[in-house]
Parts: sequence; structure tokens; C-alpha cells
Amino acid sequence: MSTAFNTSMADSILYLDGVNVSFDGFRALNDLSLVLDAGEMRAIIGPNGAGKTTMMDIITGKTRPDSGQVVFEGNVDLTRHDEAAIAELGIGRKFQKPTVFETQTVHDNLELALKADRSVRSSLLWMLSNEASRRIDEILAITRLGDHANEIAGSLSHGQKQWLEIGMLLAQDPKLLLVDEPAAGMTDDETAETARLLKEIAESHSVVVVEHDMTFVRDLGVKVTVLHEGSVLAEGSLDAVSADKRVIEVYLGR
Amino acid sequence: MRGLVFRAFDRGGMIFLGILFGLILLLALSNLIMPVGHPLHAPTYLVSLIGKYLTYALLALSVDLIWGFCGILSLGHGAFFALGGYAMGMYLMRQIGDRGVYGNPELPDFMVFLNYSELPWYWHGFDMFWFAAIMIVFVPGLLAFIFGWFAFRSRVTGVYLSIITQAMTYALMLAFFRNNMGFGGNNGLTDFKDLLGFDLQNDGTRVGLLFASAMALGLGFLICKAVTRSKYGKVITAIRDAESRTRFLGYRVDRYKLAVFTLSACMAGVAGALYVPQVGIINPSEFTPANSIEVVIWVAVGGRGTLYGAVIGAILVNYAKTYLTGALPEIWLFALGGLFVFVTLFLPRGIVGAVNGSGDGGPSPIMTKVRDWRAARAMEGRS
Ligand SMILES: Nc1ncnc2c1ncn2[C@@H]1O[C@H](COP(=O)(O)OP(=O)(O)OP(=O)(O)O)[C@@H](O)[C@H]1O
Ligand SMILES: [Mg+2]
Repeated sequence: MSTAFNTSMADSILYLDGVNVSFDGFRALNDLSLVLDAGEMRAIIGPNGAGKTTMMDIITGKTRPDSGQVVFEGNVDLTRHDEAAIAELGIGRKFQKPTVFETQTVHDNLELALKADRSVRSSLLWMLSNEASRRIDEILAITRLGDHANEIAGSLSHGQKQWLEIGMLLAQDPKLLLVDEPAAGMTDDETAETARLLKEIAESHSVVVVEHDMTFVRDLGVKVTVLHEGSVLAEGSLDAVSADKRVIEVYLGR
Repeated sequence: MRGLVFRAFDRGGMIFLGILFGLILLLALSNLIMPVGHPLHAPTYLVSLIGKYLTYALLALSVDLIWGFCGILSLGHGAFFALGGYAMGMYLMRQIGDRGVYGNPELPDFMVFLNYSELPWYWHGFDMFWFAAIMIVFVPGLLAFIFGWFAFRSRVTGVYLSIITQAMTYALMLAFFRNNMGFGGNNGLTDFKDLLGFDLQNDGTRVGLLFASAMALGLGFLICKAVTRSKYGKVITAIRDAESRTRFLGYRVDRYKLAVFTLSACMAGVAGALYVPQVGIINPSEFTPANSIEVVIWVAVGGRGTLYGAVIGAILVNYAKTYLTGALPEIWLFALGGLFVFVTLFLPRGIVGAVNGSGDGGPSPIMTKVRDWRAARAMEGRS
């Protein structure tokens, strides 16, 4: 490991170095290295099967890497923690396939996500405080789900579920948000609205967004990392990576 | 704490408990006040039969709590029920004192028969009711805790979990069949005389046990209400619907499951303890794997995830069982199997779901049919 890497590790919120993961001999992540500064928003693009979701699985403890370093806030080794502990450390995740609690109301989904003591005892004794209630209303307004607060989450449209999941991330108030394809299945208007929302969130959080929609990525206007076959192919502004021959070849040019 | 207690009482629950206690009161009065032979006299066997159904209902409630709300399909809850029953049985055995066939003041009959020279250490204390009462809750709870600790931490779920719960109750059955376990082998514990000084053959005692069963069921119901309507309840429902998603929100799924599983086992233990004095015997057949499966059928028939559905299912199916095993004993198992298939295919939300829709907001199949039918009639009328 170089010293240059070490200095950046100290003020990074997320630091991946030489991460490898194989599934039955198939290399999903191949010596992947990526550094995200505290407060930064990063867009990740890349063809299907590039390993974008797998990278999020590694960061959130769903999958263990075969080798490599995964460090949060410069000193926490994430490979030693499980999903719940990592969430408690301050990493929130929106899944590629929207996963909300379908049989519970929109309000209850947000209440479940709301930052609070996660112990059995305190959830038994929990009473919705005015402050918590206000925060939920705020998020309902931000995600435009105010009219649906008492509806069952399973009855929401695809786009609304995506927004609810983003709302749940907000309620969780993590330090780092991992957002997997937030605009999938959305209309152009909804996509633009989602980009606006994420930019707003990024003002006070570190964010990693995976997205295929180039208009959306352009709207975000942040540094882009291109993944291909489990490792970083290119990194830089969207214009710079779009001009990269290899990127055009494996991804954009298709 | 205040919130937790407060949440136990909702309108639907109060109506349900009101009906339950009203019926029990009528039954008790008609047994104690109406003279024998009067058309309104309820015979004592009926009192004990209903009492037994109520303990089954409590058992069903405990299964609904974990299966209906948290998605843990236990096919071994009969084991917790039986353990509670044995704890009560041990107390009742000790109450016999020197009134047994062998007249030994220290040893129950079966121990004399098997040439025991002294009381096994684990029988000590069971001559005191308070001790037995603690064990009724503690032993099933401890077993559930240890079992759940290993199972939930290693993330055993779904069918695999169901299978190991079956294995658990089967292993216990084999163990309790052994004479040298000190629980009376295949004969189990029986010939009870009295409980807290009350003669078990007495009508008043029978009615008392009926009330105790109703109280236990009512209390169990309130506890389940309080738990499921709290945020804890929302978390276990979230675990049922999307377990891994719940983990990514920072909830320790294994601990949430362990807590509800243990609570549920304690409730099953209490049910077993009330069952034993009303049927007069506890033996290893209570651990039979099929028993635990039957409980799941009661809950499915009534409607899972509703609490009162479990109670209704337990009572209806057991009423049918009492009737059919009397009238046409050979078809009972087929009827039960058929009922289960029917409910699974046509009433996925059980009787309760079919009648009034369900918790998750969708219209009930019957109500939808009624509406379609009305709409069709209206169309006919117009043309
Ligand atoms: N649990 C798993 N078991 C086996 N193979 C897996 C597993 N998870 C991912 N893979 C494989 O790893 C590769 C990378 O998948 P991943 O989901 O990370 O891609 P992605 O970049 O998110 O693609 P997409 O844009 O389609 O979402 C794929 O070939 C996938 O089939
Ligand atoms: Mg993906």
C-alpha cells in the first residue's frame, strides 16, 4: 500500500483497496479500489454485471470479501462487522429492487427507519414523540408521499416505492448513503426530481449513487467512477470519462 | 411502559374479550346454578371440554404470535405446551402425598413401582405451587431461549427452522418415553387428586379451572396485543416480510426473534399447565410431532396474524375434532388434512380474513364476491 493512499484513508469516509470477491470461481470484484472523501457524492456507472451492486453488498456486510480492505471513516474495518452493526455505524442503503415493508403503512415504514435506539427493549417501550412525528411529516413532504402516509406501502407505484426507500434513508440519517439505481422505472420528470432530491441530501451527507441513466448522472454533476468486470476502468468528470475510449467501448458505445 | 400497557386495549380486542368472558360466565352459571336434568344445565364434562379448548386457544395464540407476526413457523410448539404440562403434573403428583396406591408419602406411585429409593433431585420443590408456577413458565422459556439462540444466530429460517423444531419435539418425546427419565415413562403422570387443596373432581374446581383458562387466554391475548401494536411488533412484522432489509436498518434480527420466540414458548407452557388438570393426565404423546402441526392448522384455519383468528380456529377445529372422533373416528385425519388444503387454497387468510377482509387492507374474497354479485344484480335490474 502506498503512502499516498494512507493519507487519503485518514480523511476518507469510505476506503476500498484491493477488494476481491468470487462466486463459484467467477470474479465479481477484481482488485477493486475506491476512495470517497467525507461529504463527497460519487456516481458509479458501468455495464450490467460490472459489480456495482456487489460492491454495495461488500460495504454493507451482506457479502464478505475474499481479500482486500474495506474501511469506513478512516479507521473502522467493515469486514469485521455484520449488517446491523454497519447500519448502526451510519451506512444506509437503498436497494436496486425497491424493498419496502409492503404490508405496513408508508408512515410505519418511515417510523421503522427513523434513527433511534434499535434494542428490543427500547422498541417495546417506544412512543412516537412530537419531534419524531414532525421529522416523519417532513420526510413525507420531501418525498411527496404526504397523501399516502396511511396507505399500505405495497399499494404504492414503483416510483413511489423508490421515493419511500429514499425517505427511509433520510429517516435513518446515516453518514454515508449507498443508493442503487434510484431512477430505475421512473418517468423523466420523476428522474429529474430524484436527482434534485439526491443533490439536496448530498449537501449534508456522503453519497454513492449507482445509475445507468446518463441524463440523471449529468444532472448530479459529480465525479464519476466507471466499473467494468469488477474493477475501476476510469474515474473523473462525466465529460472526461465519456471521452475515454475504453469506456465508450465497454459501456457507452453499446 | 405506559404506552405498552395502553396499546393492549383496543376496541376490537375489548369486544372479543367481552364475548369470550360473557360466554364463559353463562357456561359456568348454567353448570353451577341450574339443577342437573334441567335443559339449561351444562354438564361438567362440557365445562372441562371448553376449558381444554381455551388452553388450546392459548397455545394457538402463542403460535400466531411468532408465525403470523414474525414468520417463524414453529412445528414444535407442542413441546413447550407439554413441558408446562409436565411441570404442573409434577406438582399435582406431589399433592397426592400418601394417598397413592402404594401409600408412600415421599414417592409417587410410578417411582415406587420402578424401585426408586429417593426422589430425583429435579423433583424437589414441586410440592410447592409457587415453585411449580415458576417452572411452568421458566422451563419452556429456557428451552426456547437456548434453541432460539443457536437457530436465530446462525440464521436458520423457513423450512429448515420448521424441521429442527419438529426434531426438537420428537427428541423430547423419545426422552420422556424412557422410564429412567423420572417422568413416569409412557404412562406419564396421572391419578391427580387436588390442586391448591381443591378436589379436582369437584364441579366448583372444574369451573375454577375454566375461569383460570379464560383468564390466561385473556391475559395472553392482551400481552400479544401490546407487543404486536408496539414498535417492536412493527419490527417483527418487518422481519417477517423482508428479513434482510430489516438488518440493513440496524435491527438485530436474531435478538428480536429470540425475544418473541421465548415469550411465545412461555405462553405455550402456561397453556399446557392449565390443560393437564382438566384432562387429568400428561404423557409423552403430547410431544408427538403431529400435535404441533395440528396447532399450525388451527391458526391457518382461523386466520394468521390476527390473534383472535387463532382463538376461533383452535376452538372450531377442536370442536369438529371432538364431534368427528366421536361420530366417525376413521375420517378425522382426512377431514383435518382436507380442511388444511381447502383453507390454504381458498381462504389464505383463514376464516377471519374471509369474513372481514384483513389487516393488510385488501378486500376479503367473500366481500368481493358479495359486491360483484350485487353489481351484477343491479345491472340486470337496469336492463
Ligand atoms: N450472490 C451471488 N452469487 C453468484 N453470483 C453473483 C452473486 N451476486 C452477484 N453475482 C454475479 O456477480 C456479477 C456482478 O453482479 P452485480 O449485481 O454486482 O452487477 P451490477 O453492476 O450491479 O449490474 P446491474 O447493472 O445489472 O445491476 C454478476 O455477474 C452477477 O451474476
Ligand atoms: Mg446492480
